[in-house]
Amino acid sequence: MNRFPLWKYVLIGITLVAALLYALPNFFGEVPAVQVSPVRTTQKVDTALLGQVESLLKASNVAYSGVELAGNSIKTRFASTDLQIKAKDVLQNGLGERYTVALNLVSASPSWLSAIHALPMYLGLDLRGGVHFLLEVDMKAALDKAAIRYQNDFRTELRSDKIRYGRISREGDAVTVHFATRDQRDAAANKLGSVFTELAFTPEDQAEGFTLTARLKPETETKVQEFALQQNITTLRNRVNELGVAEPVIQQQGASRIVVQLPGVQDTAKAKDILGRTATLEIRMVDEQADPLAVNQGQAPFGDEIVANREGGNIAVKKDVVLTGDSITDASPGFDSTSGQAAVHINLDGKGARIFKDVTRENVGKRMAILLIEKGRAEAITSPVIREEIGGGRVQITGMESAQEASDVSLLLRAGALAAPMQIVEERTVGPSMGAENIEKGFHSNLWGFLAVTLFMAIYYRVFGLFSSIALAINGFFLIALLSMLQATLTLPGMAAIALTLGMAIDANVLINERIREELRSGATPQAAIHAGYERAWATILDSNLTTLIAGIALFWLGSGPVRGFAVVLCLGILTSMFSAVTVSRAMVNLTYGRQARLAKVSI
Amino acid sequence: MLEFFPFKRTIPFMSWGKVTTAISLLTFIFAIWSLWHQGLNLGVDFTGGTVLEVRTSQPANLPAIRDALEKTGLPEVSVQNFGTSHDVLIRLPVKNDTNAAQTSNIVMIALKAVDPTVELKRVDFVGPQVGKELYDNGALALLVVAFGIMAYLAIRFEWRFAVAGMLANMHDIVIILGVFAFFQWEFTLTVLAGVLAVLGYSVNESVVVFDRIRENIRKMRGATIPEIIDDAITRTMSRTIITHGSTQLMVLSMLFFGGEALHNFALALTIGIMFGIYSSVLVASPLLLMFGVKREHFIKPVEKKEEAVV
Repeated sequence: MNRFPLWKYVLIGITLVAALLYALPNFFGEVPAVQVSPVRTTQKVDTALLGQVESLLKASNVAYSGVELAGNSIKTRFASTDLQIKAKDVLQNGLGERYTVALNLVSASPSWLSAIHALPMYLGLDLRGGVHFLLEVDMKAALDKAAIRYQNDFRTELRSDKIRYGRISREGDAVTVHFATRDQRDAAANKLGSVFTELAFTPEDQAEGFTLTARLKPETETKVQEFALQQNITTLRNRVNELGVAEPVIQQQGASRIVVQLPGVQDTAKAKDILGRTATLEIRMVDEQADPLAVNQGQAPFGDEIVANREGGNIAVKKDVVLTGDSITDASPGFDSTSGQAAVHINLDGKGARIFKDVTRENVGKRMAILLIEKGRAEAITSPVIREEIGGGRVQITGMESAQEASDVSLLLRAGALAAPMQIVEERTVGPSMGAENIEKGFHSNLWGFLAVTLFMAIYYRVFGLFSSIALAINGFFLIALLSMLQATLTLPGMAAIALTLGMAIDANVLINERIREELRSGATPQAAIHAGYERAWATILDSNLTTLIAGIALFWLGSGPVRGFAVVLCLGILTSMFSAVTVSRAMVNLTYGRQARLAKVSI
Repeated sequence: MLEFFPFKRTIPFMSWGKVTTAISLLTFIFAIWSLWHQGLNLGVDFTGGTVLEVRTSQPANLPAIRDALEKTGLPEVSVQNFGTSHDVLIRLPVKNDTNAAQTSNIVMIALKAVDPTVELKRVDFVGPQVGKELYDNGALALLVVAFGIMAYLAIRFEWRFAVAGMLANMHDIVIILGVFAFFQWEFTLTVLAGVLAVLGYSVNESVVVFDRIRENIRKMRGATIPEIIDDAITRTMSRTIITHGSTQLMVLSMLFFGGEALHNFALALTIGIMFGIYSSVLVASPLLLMFGVKREHFIKPVEKKEEAVV
């Protein structure tokens, strides 16, 4: 009765091997590496860059032990931190400012492990050191900004239709236009209502005159807010790239918040400074008379400025600014309606549209450049040729190579500035020594606790206690393997949860062992006692584990940051412990005792 | 075989009902009193504010640090040693101006002026809004866990078991909170996680006893309900002590090796485990008796025998 069919042993064997394999990378430690990634998120890393990295390192005799393309970055491994630092300087000088070169640590596990996606656990900031920011986007400001834009747009529309109006006032995100007569008001309501379908208009007759108040429709409001959040995330991503952080995390959290995690960053003052900086967009005319040779050598003709373009070359632009980024209200990728080519659509506000109309009329056939200026350094995102006079503030830029490029460019156009101001509402910084200390503390808590429990079990339950202890160790491997596979973030509370689940997991074995003893006491044969012990204890094990699972799930759902790390480990640990404590320990018992038909005594 | 608890006779736990109820009531009232009187010493996670942990190469000169920080104009700065004489913990309440995030920078500049070797170990800045949310979510999590477990017990057993089990465990939680309030230990997010884990964990204890009671109700035909409960508790006693002992070994290991970060977490678990044993045996079961659990509640053949899932 205490025998498993062969397939069960095979299944357990397979899970054990898989668990060992996936837990393995955690034991190899880390080697110093240098990570190269493009400053602009839209730029892609390819094998050409890989070759460039290799030849740069070879040229300056920096020995490297491996180089690989991982995601959108290139990681080069080194034998020592000295070589790593030397390589960083070599690469930063050789590749220029378009690439971020960051120090990093990568797993030292052999490549065949990485090939089967066996990676070490992903450590949280409290274990590796770094900064965590939670930023709150000021959504009211985003809505106000939208209202200011409409204020200008109304003026343009009403003027072009020669509808007379008094003043246009704004209160929060409501824009009110004042009129002298009802007819003017109704004409304006018709006109504006047909142009701005995203707004809700309410006419009002007041003692001092007639008004028309526009408000964002709720769905538009959500759209404006989403847009603001996305734009801020994109902007942050570009800025963080400048910090030279190896693996930054920038994510939306909730409706109005952004999480920024910068592992390894210690200088929080600098990080805050860069995150809070404002960048600007400018539209300027390209100087067509400039000598291309001189431009490429960086010599600016009088009244011009040399800026880099995205292809890596230089162009000369006039110093006079046509428009600033404030006038760009939106930029989105799309297609040209006649040719079907990929294009970028830009919307300008009322004032910007008027200026743009004048400038384009006078400069048909010439090129204009859109510049992104950050830290006083300008870069031309795109420099299209003006085909005709453009009025109405809706601009289309064609000549994009692909839909991908169109979306890249529109992203950059939007990314320049923050859509709405942000404020840091939470900061958690952990120093690098503290991270290592925390790992050590977490590890020791687990190790000594585990040894104590194992010792006790072996003394108290003898052979069965030994089986329980082995099952507990296997549970630990399962848990580490699962965490590595899922790449769940391991935090210090998470390490505490490993210790706690190991302590709790032994409960299942105690229940089983006590049951077996009890059955033996009441006179059952050893085989029957083992069988009954496992069968009867199962319902209790299930019940008691499920209640803890409920607590774990609630913690995961409502917890944040480190607590969530605790909850993940707790939940996973409960699941693995049910398997290892019941099935794996049973397999060991069955293998040892199951074959002996006349078992007289068991060691428990 | 090695046995700690070779109980040959059933221990009449239920006849001690009056005494244990009185003890529970007293500790419970004490916990409520310290919660009401002193309140929890909520950490920066819940109140908002800034906490800095720094390490100095020489034993820290606290008065000099205090002086330097007072000169920066930051209000109500608290400076104290933390663990060793080299480790300093600096707390600042949340300020109303928008620049609260810059506080840690100002502090670090002032500290560097006093002692250039000072090393930043940790900064926690939590804005008042975030603190309030963490507090609300924590309270909500406590409720969700309590009701989730109660619902599970009600489905698995019967409502009387659910209510008795839950009350016994809420009693544990209140006592943990009461002890934290009494000693003014800092209550952080991690401690909250520990408290919730205790809630899930110590219900196990009640579940195991309840399981036995249910089994006994079917098996022990002639026995009265108090006898059945006594037998269930006695037979699970050994397992209770060993299981909790093993978990406590792990928790003690955390208490000794886990450092300051896990210290209060381990304390919360320790109190939870101690009272978990007590309450599931001597609070949940008398409550069950009080609610008038009867044989008929279980004889209806609604329960299916569980198949072993392997």
